[in-house]
Amino acid sequence: MSPPGRRRLRPRSAHGATGAPPWQLVLPALVALSLLVLPVIGLLSRAPWSTLPERLADPAVLDTLRLSLLTATTATGCCLLLGTPLAWLLARADIPGRRFVRALVLVPLVLPPVVGGVALLTAFGRQGVVGQWLDSLFGVRLPFTTVGVVLAQTFVALPFLVLAVEGALHSADSRYDDLAATFGASRWQTFLRVTLPLALPGVASGAVLAWARALGEFGATITFAGSYPGTTRTMPLAVYTALNSDFDAAILLSLVLLVVSVGVLVLLRERWTTGVAA
Amino acid sequence: MTTTGFTDGGLDAYLQAEQGGFALDSAIQADRGQVVAVLGPNAAGKSTALRVLAGLQPLTDGWVRLAGRTLEDPQTGVRVPAQHRRTGLVPQDSLLFPHLSVLDQVAFGPRHQGLTRALSRARAAVWLDRTGLDRLASRRPAELSGGQARRVAITRALAAEPQMLLLDEPLAALDVRAVVELRTFLHHHLRDHDGVTVLVTHDPVDAMVLADHLVVLDRGTVVQTGTPAAVARQPRSAHIAALVGLNMVRGRASGTTLHVADAEPAIRVITASPHEGEAFCTFAPTAVSLHPQRPVASPRNVWRGTVSGLTPHGDAVRVALDGRLPLLADVTPAAVAELGLRPGVEVWASVKATEVHVYAA
Repeated sequence: MSPPGRRRLRPRSAHGATGAPPWQLVLPALVALSLLVLPVIGLLSRAPWSTLPERLADPAVLDTLRLSLLTATTATGCCLLLGTPLAWLLARADIPGRRFVRALVLVPLVLPPVVGGVALLTAFGRQGVVGQWLDSLFGVRLPFTTVGVVLAQTFVALPFLVLAVEGALHSADSRYDDLAATFGASRWQTFLRVTLPLALPGVASGAVLAWARALGEFGATITFAGSYPGTTRTMPLAVYTALNSDFDAAILLSLVLLVVSVGVLVLLRERWTTGVAA
Repeated sequence: MTTTGFTDGGLDAYLQAEQGGFALDSAIQADRGQVVAVLGPNAAGKSTALRVLAGLQPLTDGWVRLAGRTLEDPQTGVRVPAQHRRTGLVPQDSLLFPHLSVLDQVAFGPRHQGLTRALSRARAAVWLDRTGLDRLASRRPAELSGGQARRVAITRALAAEPQMLLLDEPLAALDVRAVVELRTFLHHHLRDHDGVTVLVTHDPVDAMVLADHLVVLDRGTVVQTGTPAAVARQPRSAHIAALVGLNMVRGRASGTTLHVADAEPAIRVITASPHEGEAFCTFAPTAVSLHPQRPVASPRNVWRGTVSGLTPHGDAVRVALDGRLPLLADVTPAAVAELGLRPGVEVWASVKATEVHVYAA
């Protein structure tokens, strides 16, 4: 452990040269902080602590949680498998209309999720551009299925991963790629053994962002996949459903979602930051 | 000039390529087992030459032929990609893959020449043993000193068993002790390498010590080629003269008098042997004596100058003089004290005619 004295020194000396922080910055910062923290405090204060154990033991809650974790993790996997190559193309390859492609990638980011859900229906719905072929050729119907949930989550989470990985690839030194080539490595080998390992911290943070986004996904999911218990009703959808009937249940589900997401993020962060430093 | 035995494993290259501000236009040739040093100031086009040889940047014209194979020739449309050139590149800042252990760094080349993981590691271990780095095998690049990293980078290139080894400023940016060790290391392992070696450096000492043949570049073009001894004896540009630590003057010779080019009023340099026409003359800084007053005795060449800088140079002090004829003079530390030499002091410099060498420009 570092001595406590040294820890305190750093921020002090940082503003020691320029004086105390101005109230014009401190005041809005405090407002922002309370805006972020107050809802969480509200959630904790209204939680049905006395009935918590028995409510948590409800198999419906666990099933919903399991579905949420399963779909969010699968969606993150899809993002990694599809988004990393897309990010590489944007960062390293000479592709025509690169700026246009990058703008396309950003669309789900600015699109309201509900609109995203409608758009997914027009593409993969039973009457959709692709959906009708999937149905008639393979008998595959995506809307209102668990696979549909994963598709909706992948759709909204993909931009986060692509942006993070592309950023990491841009900041990674491309001279390593050149060097690998002189040693006889093909571009694919170079990607696997040099480019990807060097961009790993960016890939990891992109995956965390994508996972968090997928776990919290609501609008696109409810529009494209509906809210069927056991198959498409993920935690956010369950919270929304419970709000209309049992407010305490809604708070409980919210708490579970909060604990799980924050817990996983903290765990992964710890693991990755130490992994990267080593 | 050496004869080019490119069919017998040698290199025959004529490089024309774009680079910032000017064009590279340079011939580089070497026999198998030979070390060619490309010598020149910063931004002379040296690193571009290496990138082009490695296939990382295209030629605009010319050719690269290595070991009987045409690697690149824009006129016939041949361009072998970097991946298939069998070169071993040692980049200027070592550029060790940060995520690989020393063993896996060195195994990188063999691994991509089709050896299995186990076999490539075995070959890497043999090379690490040969270069005396075996005890570093499990280290990560972040755990190596600058000199160690450079030796690992060189071993990594050698382990690829390249037909052409390319070294970019292998001795730059290291502390003095590491440079001495690494120079010995390079001398030993470059001699054993049976392919071609192209070494890029701005340091004439490295070039003289390590190379069989020099190509002196300035602003993309070749100023001079030859053996280290020949280039050092008769430099053909002020820059190389400065690099090898000689005073050089260009002018028009008539008998034993050389009239310095573009000097008005005239400056004359008296030489030992007669010469006619355009000529260079050179003399070593050790041949220059400094005096507080104009010397009355025999020296034929006497000029006035102002001290502009003093730097230690071996046991002596190298004095830079500004004046109508800028000069370098090596004097003893005692003389510096005696003459009260410091920047701004005016002195007289003298050189005996017998110390001045003259040769055709």
